Amino acid sequence: MSTAFMGMPGFPRAARAAVNDAQLRSNLRTATRTIREKRDAAVSELDDWQDLRAAGQAIKNRTLRHLDLYLERLESAVQAAGGRVHWASDAAEANRLVTRLVRDTGESEVVKVKSMTTQEIELNEALGQAGITAYETDLAELIVQLSEDRPSHILVPAIHRNRAEIRDILASHMAEWGTPAPEGLTDDPRALAEAARRHLRDRFLTTNVAVSGANFAVADTGTMVVLESEGNGRMCLTLPRTLISVVGIEKVVPSWSDLEVFLQLLPRSSTGERMNPYTSTWTGVAPGDGPEEFHLVLLDNGRTNALSDTVGRQALRCIRCSACLNVCPVYERTGGHAYGSVYPGPIGAILTPQLRGTTAEPEASLPYASSLCGACYEVCPVSIDIPDVLVRLREQVVSQPGHRSEKAAMRAAGWVLGGHRRLGLAQAAATAARSVVPRRLPPPASAWTDSRDLPSVPGRTFREWWRDRAEGKESGA
Amino acid sequence: MRIALFVTCLNDTLFPATGRAVVRLLERLGHEVVFPRAQTCCGQMHYNTGYRRDAQRIAVHFVRTFSDAEAVVVPSGSCAAMVRDNYRRLAEPGSRLARQVENLLPRVYELTELLTDVLEVRDVGAYFPYSVTYHPTCHGLRMLGLGSRPYELLQRVRGLRLVELPEARECCGFGGTFAVKNADVSAAMAADKLGQVSATGAEVLCAVDNSCLMHLGGTAQRAGTGVRTVHLAEILSSTEQEPTVP
Ligand code: SF4
Repeated sequence: MSTAFMGMPGFPRAARAAVNDAQLRSNLRTATRTIREKRDAAVSELDDWQDLRAAGQAIKNRTLRHLDLYLERLESAVQAAGGRVHWASDAAEANRLVTRLVRDTGESEVVKVKSMTTQEIELNEALGQAGITAYETDLAELIVQLSEDRPSHILVPAIHRNRAEIRDILASHMAEWGTPAPEGLTDDPRALAEAARRHLRDRFLTTNVAVSGANFAVADTGTMVVLESEGNGRMCLTLPRTLISVVGIEKVVPSWSDLEVFLQLLPRSSTGERMNPYTSTWTGVAPGDGPEEFHLVLLDNGRTNALSDTVGRQALRCIRCSACLNVCPVYERTGGHAYGSVYPGPIGAILTPQLRGTTAEPEASLPYASSLCGACYEVCPVSIDIPDVLVRLREQVVSQPGHRSEKAAMRAAGWVLGGHRRLGLAQAAATAARSVVPRRLPPPASAWTDSRDLPSVPGRTFREWWRDRAEGKESGA
Repeated sequence: MRIALFVTCLNDTLFPATGRAVVRLLERLGHEVVFPRAQTCCGQMHYNTGYRRDAQRIAVHFVRTFSDAEAVVVPSGSCAAMVRDNYRRLAEPGSRLARQVENLLPRVYELTELLTDVLEVRDVGAYFPYSVTYHPTCHGLRMLGLGSRPYELLQRVRGLRLVELPEARECCGFGGTFAVKNADVSAAMAADKLGQVSATGAEVLCAVDNSCLMHLGGTAQRAGTGVRTVHLAEILSSTEQEPTVP
């Protein structure tokens, strides 16, 4: 993760701009609320949702515990099916590999299935530098690409845009990338979809190399699984001659039967659908059917680091459903860009610092980008205890150099709270000063009083009242 | 029953009326309240901000202070959740603290749990003639799973008109140091929550946690909204003879 997100300010600073953007906030509020309601309805239909969640969690935990075993099994199965497996320890290595594989085909264009993993390694930028153009084929991803924007949601990358904005983007930029939008394009969703369809159809029929990720990789059979809602992915997976799938090592599941659980959990959690519209699976190569060449690039890029953290490793269970984004009150007010990471929202706040470390911004501020309200944990289909991981990461952040004034304040507070006599003295000081405590404070405490009044300090603490009462100075309350 | 009150540091210092209300309420119901003087704080702020060692020290002090209690009542959802949910995570497995925590936890109750589950009372004989809306708070809702308990208590308060709060499950944006570290987002969340509260037309906003109420009350005051914030304990302690005036 180098170029696109370099120099991102810390979360609070990036969030401020977003919070003050009324259009963005209203777009986000409308969109997240709609998906949220759909998800709630789809989930409440199932009596065994909690059992399914537990099953999903168990499968992922078991797989992660024996990850080496399942990865080797996957590798053999892919090879046996006529595919080739490549291992990439980081983004740079993965990008070099994919670039070479594309060059070997003699082509300079690839079509892409929407994939978080290739965004994580910034593959499009790397291919671009090598003179290879990558065309996104997911509608929302296309909108983001055409507007030279960044995705702000795992599942709905253009969630921060409304229909009118999308119309303008398609009308003014499609021609630069290929088939132009028709004259007089309106913001009717059908018209927008039709414009994208025409534009993409030409692309599918002329491009020989496709790049995808995968939602799951089945170790026993070497099968890749992609879930999508538009069918564009399916076109990319079947038409081109060469298919390159870049897949994080945590995406492996042991066997085909495990999919039964995830194919229920994922669509209901992500789009609020009972069943996923397009579920494609592919295994190696088959003569006369689908790609003639298949490459699987297995990506680490910080995942084994995360795996070594006993609390944090649960983030690797994530199936990227984005339910946690849609319920997160912080995400709803900031959108994805504020997180400075391709993984925004609650999952981004725990995954990104683990993949990239917590020493730089925005990673160091991400564990604090939460009020710990727990809504993310409640909806997560694989029960990732995001608040617990956030606290764990905060411990990591404060154990690093820096944070001097906060550490001093915390230590002082800890000292005061370490004994009731000290607390009593501190309270007495506060009470003595109560008439001069203003309702608005200077920085940094002004962060609180900029928008809220402090409560006034009462004349007597509870403990003083209790003592007075015990000494008979006062009878009732 | 002899009940030990953990008043919490915030209530002790800034909201002593809540502690007094708990004492009054439990005594009215015929129970004895004790106040272990050595108590200080639950360590929530330190824990949530990443200061694990400090939080551990505070937890050690807490379990020592309350180890003999028959029951501990905590008039704060987040502090009750800190003790009940996070002390387990704080204690190293097999440590002395871990044993003490396991021993004490089953006797620690948030106020509405104590009333409905232990004392098995729903009508506490309260009188509070105002329209009230209830904010369930994240800790009360998700970590403690208080469910219908607060509503069952409020519904039986004479004179009280309970008004439903839309989008009640959404966080108010306090989150301890979150309110300072991410002040803009926190303020936006409070403003939205307050908008929902105002839309109910209720005179009083109540909750089982003074930290959320402080955040929302401070926002309401700055915004000049008429709604007043009152802790649930103060509503339940209110009677015709000695009414709580919001
Ligand atoms: S953390 Fe859970 S809720 Fe969030 S995207 Fe991953 S699987 Fe979905």
